[in-house]
Formats: sequence, structure tokens, C-alpha cells
Amino acid sequence: MDKVIDLQIWQLAAAYIFVGILLFIVRLRGIPREKEIIISSIRMTLQLILTGYILIYLFDNSNPFLTILAVGIMEIFAVHNIFKRVKVKLSNKLKIIIALSMVAGTTLSLLFFIFVVINLSPWYDPRYFIPIGGMLIGNSMTGISLGVSRLVEGMTDQKHLIESALMLGATSKMASKGIVDSAFDSAILPTINSMVGMGIVFLPGMMTGQILSGTSPVTAIEYQIAVMLGIVGSVALTVMLFVQFGYKTFFNEQHQLNI
Amino acid sequence: MFRLERVKYRDILDIHALTIPKDKVTCVVGESGSGKTTLLRLFNKMISCTEGEIYYNNNAISAIDSIELRREIVMLPQTPTIFTGTIRDNLLIGLKFSEKPSINDERLTEILKMVSLKKSLEENAENLSGGEKQRLALGRVILMGPTVLLLDEPSSSLDEDTERIIIEQLVHCTRQNGKSLIMATHSKKIAQNYSDTIIEMKNGKVVDTRRIVDG
Repeated sequence: MDKVIDLQIWQLAAAYIFVGILLFIVRLRGIPREKEIIISSIRMTLQLILTGYILIYLFDNSNPFLTILAVGIMEIFAVHNIFKRVKVKLSNKLKIIIALSMVAGTTLSLLFFIFVVINLSPWYDPRYFIPIGGMLIGNSMTGISLGVSRLVEGMTDQKHLIESALMLGATSKMASKGIVDSAFDSAILPTINSMVGMGIVFLPGMMTGQILSGTSPVTAIEYQIAVMLGIVGSVALTVMLFVQFGYKTFFNEQHQLNI
Repeated sequence: MFRLERVKYRDILDIHALTIPKDKVTCVVGESGSGKTTLLRLFNKMISCTEGEIYYNNNAISAIDSIELRREIVMLPQTPTIFTGTIRDNLLIGLKFSEKPSINDERLTEILKMVSLKKSLEENAENLSGGEKQRLALGRVILMGPTVLLLDEPSSSLDEDTERIIIEQLVHCTRQNGKSLIMATHSKKIAQNYSDTIIEMKNGKVVDTRRIVDG
């Protein structure tokens, strides 16, 4: 295996030329995005440097509590991010369902992945547990964000359809089936689509990272396939839990819509 | 059949006492905003009263399972909803929602005739005009054979002739099968011609209840 090229500071700094080009383009075209570009570039750099040092600490001090704490913090950030990203107004009940679905769906998928798929020993090895957890949580966060928007919009926009079904004796489950199915579908579709282009249209981040750091492409691909399947499972489970319990928050115990 | 005792719904409805007889045709009349629709929605528990109690066959409505109640007391809203699919799908969806057995095309065609809708069962329901959609939605609820049928302005999109034919059919059907029909309407003419009891509402209150002796 070739030796990994260690980037020098000046080489890394040269990469920021791309940000400079972007800034030049938006200024030239009069698009008011300069501030966001600068802030996000600085944030990305600082966050990654900080994460790097935290990971070094975690890897050097392999401990189940620290590993679980790291994944727990990721969950909290992910849930907070969903609340921020979703443009529609969320009820407190729905927020609780989102948080519980995220935690339950990603934890179950992660544990299955760690114990069954890669049979990790020790199970809490942070070198595997944390990045895999991050990928499952990150993708589930994107999926559930889409599902939340679609469910809330569907319930609000199609209120008359739901009410008509209820008037005809439908249960709240029957009345909202179409909306629930559509929310689930739109939430998992990007994950399914990303599988189609994988390896041909783009090389996924994890695999690219492994290859760049000297891992054999075959091993990197094996991991990528397993992780991709894990992501599909995690997104599906998380979104399924969310839609199955989420729609109920729009009804009271008398099967009346409370929008 | 229905007995209301000191019923209030927010600041929209305030009824001290009201009785609606069983197996009869009852019309609720009043200007728009008088509380007619709210009253109908209370009967099939689409909403619940904020004060007081409604009794259905001497049972407090709050204690009756909402789904069971709505399968017995079916409501047709003023703006009918058309579900995606054909006319057949739209007729059968009420039976599907209420988990009743499906029925054959012969009976479906009879229903279409009853609501004066000369269309094929295969036709896409989205293509129907406003009045046709209203008749299709009416056919759907008739097909369910509810014990009590709640109609909110059933003839709002119909011309006078179609209105007369359909209301006559409905009233005849209700009386023949020993069912109850409660209709909210702004038309005093319909109320006068077809009902056994007329309830007049104004500003959320019942201002008059009268029985029509000759039906």
C-alpha cells in the first residue's frame, strides 16, 4: 500500500482558494451570500478541528460511557437540527415523537450493525462506533426532516379529506393513511436514489476517506455496502416509527382532528 | 333520539334544551353563521360540546365510541369531498371506511339513478361538475344506509328541479326505511315542504321549534 500523503498546512490553505472563487462569483453576480459563505467555511474548519481533537481523545481513552456520550450528543444535535430545519410549526407532542423516533430508530439500527453485521469487539470501540453512529444519525435526520414536513403539510392541506373520511366512519388511521404513506415515501426516496448512483455517479464520503487514508478499495467498498444498507435500515425504521406515531398527534382520543 | 341539555360550543352555540325525534325528517334552518353546521358536527362527534351533554337514544354521546357513532350517524358536509378514483371507487369508499361489506354494480347503478347522476361507474370522479360531485357524495352516504343521516345544505350546488327530485327521493327513502334525516338548510321552502320538525336557529341559539302536522 502506498504511503498516505500528509497534507502540509500551506497545502490545506491552498484548498481555501475554492472558497475564494465562490466568493468572487457571488460578488460578481451581486448575490448576497458572502457572509454565509465565510461563516460556514469558518464553522466547518473549526468544527472539524475540534471534532478531530475530540476523536483523538476518545480513541486514546476507549471507554463505553464516553462512546455512548458522544453518540448521545450527536442525537441531541440531530434532533435540534430537525426542529430548526423544518419550516412548519410543530406541536410539543410531535417534537417528542420526533426525538423518540430518532433515538429508538438509530439506536436499534446501530446496535444491530455493531453486534451482528461487524461483530465489533469491544462493542464500544469508538473508532467504529462513533463514525458509523454519525452516519446513521445524520442520514436518519435528513429522512425524518423530509417526513415531518410532508406529514404536517399533508395533514394541514388535506384537512377536508381527512374530515370527510372521519364523517364516513373511518378511524383516524384509515383517514390519514394516504398522507402517512406519502410522508414515508418522500422521506426514504433520497436514500433509495443515492444507492442507485453510488459507485458510478459519486464515491461516497466514507469510502473516499478510507481509500485516501490507505485502505484497500475492496475493504472500503465492503464497509460502504454494509454502511449503506445500515443507513437504509436506520432511515426506514426511524421514519416508520415517526409516521406511525406522528399522525396520532393530529387527533384527540375522540378521533377528532385538532388542527 | 337526540336530546340536548345546556349545550355550549365555545361562543358559537348555546342551546338550553332541544329534542330531535327519531325516525323523522328534521330541518334546521337559519342564516349562515347561525350555528347549523356546528350543531350537525356535534351530533356525529366531529366536535365535542364544551359544556352540557348531548344524549343519543338516552346515552350520553361523550361516552359512545366516536367511530361506532359515526358509522351509525353519517354526515355529508356542505362541500362534498371527492376521493381520487372512479365513480365506483367514490361510492364504495364509505362502505370501506365503515368496514361494511361491498356491494354489486347493480345496486351502485340504482343509487346513481336515485341521485340523478347519469354517468358510468368507470368515469373519473374528478371530472364531474360541482353539482354532480355533490350528488355522487350524496349517493355515497345513502349507500351506507345509516340510521341517522346528517346533511349540511345538500342542495347548495343543485338546480331547483334536481333539488326537488333528490330531496323527495331522500325523504321518501328515509320514511320507508324507518330512518332519521336531519338537514341543515337555508331554504325555508325545503323545510316547509319536506320536514316533520323545523328548528330555527339564530346567532347560535334555537329561536323556534315547530312540528309540521301534515309532514
